[in-house]
Amino acid sequence: MIVILNGERTEINNNTSVLALLDSKQIAADTVVVELNKEIIPSDTFCNTMLNDGDHLEVLRFVGGG
Amino acid sequence: MSEDLFELGGRKFNSRLLSGTGKFADDSIIPAVCEASGSEIITVALRRVDLESKTDNVINFIPKHMQLLPNTSGARTADEAVRIARLARAMGCGDWIKIEVISDNKYLLPDGYETAKATEILAKEGFIVLPYVNADLYIARSLVDAGAAAVMPLGSPIGTNRGLQTREMVRILIEEISLPIIVDAGIGRPSEACEAMEMGADACLVNTAIATACDPVTMAKAFGRAVKAGREAYLSGPGAKHRQAMASSPLTGFLSED
Repeated sequence: MIVILNGERTEINNNTSVLALLDSKQIAADTVVVELNKEIIPSDTFCNTMLNDGDHLEVLRFVGGG
Repeated sequence: MSEDLFELGGRKFNSRLLSGTGKFADDSIIPAVCEASGSEIITVALRRVDLESKTDNVINFIPKHMQLLPNTSGARTADEAVRIARLARAMGCGDWIKIEVISDNKYLLPDGYETAKATEILAKEGFIVLPYVNADLYIARSLVDAGAAAVMPLGSPIGTNRGLQTREMVRILIEEISLPIIVDAGIGRPSEACEAMEMGADACLVNTAIATACDPVTMAKAFGRAVKAGREAYLSGPGAKHRQAMASSPLTGFLSED
């Protein structure tokens, strides 16, 4: 199935959780905040939040800024 | 002089210099910059993770004792700023947020109306809201009503290093607004930060001037000292100005007098 990850169409397996997706992209879960279809996903639910075809995910982290 | 702490958002700080973390050639210099400046409040931004090139998390370079101040840079509307603020809080780094709402890409001037809307929403949600705005009395008053913790007028456009171009308007804000006034954006030299503090500003936020200096650590130290010097000058109450000379030495008792 396809999800939109940070604006990019991304193919993932069925039954993929937010945590599994982050792992597959080598993103440390404790360094990011995730928004799924414009809803903030608490980090302690990454492992049991399952993704669906067409979902929009934003994965963000802090960077340098003024 | 008695202890002069900077009270903001329910906390007390020794330093009145806020630091930014943008534009450093290498983020690993940030700890040394923080130590040299003495700053205790530091800004960060929130961005999409770059899936192609792994970069270090800037948080790793920020000393633990510092108050994090995420900004909403990238927001063009109040709704976008609110969304970013909530995301920043979800990162578990506290309730402080610097509101930036900008849709003008040439001068990066802040949208006061959208900023006030975002401030009102976020203040009601318990955020410590520090809005970046033009040096405008009416906007500042709307921010007071909206529940802001401070008002952050620009000295000149972001990243220009052009100094305190808005000094007369900032002076009016200092005079008329009861909240802390933190001069943000455009300060390019320590002397300009010192001037803002001499005028009675409560604090200054500096990023570009330090980050783009040839020696950021020494420049950070200079800014820390300048802000402190300006504050002490303000508290000391500078003497009056006169159009004509006023002798510093007594005008009597000269050798030639009979």
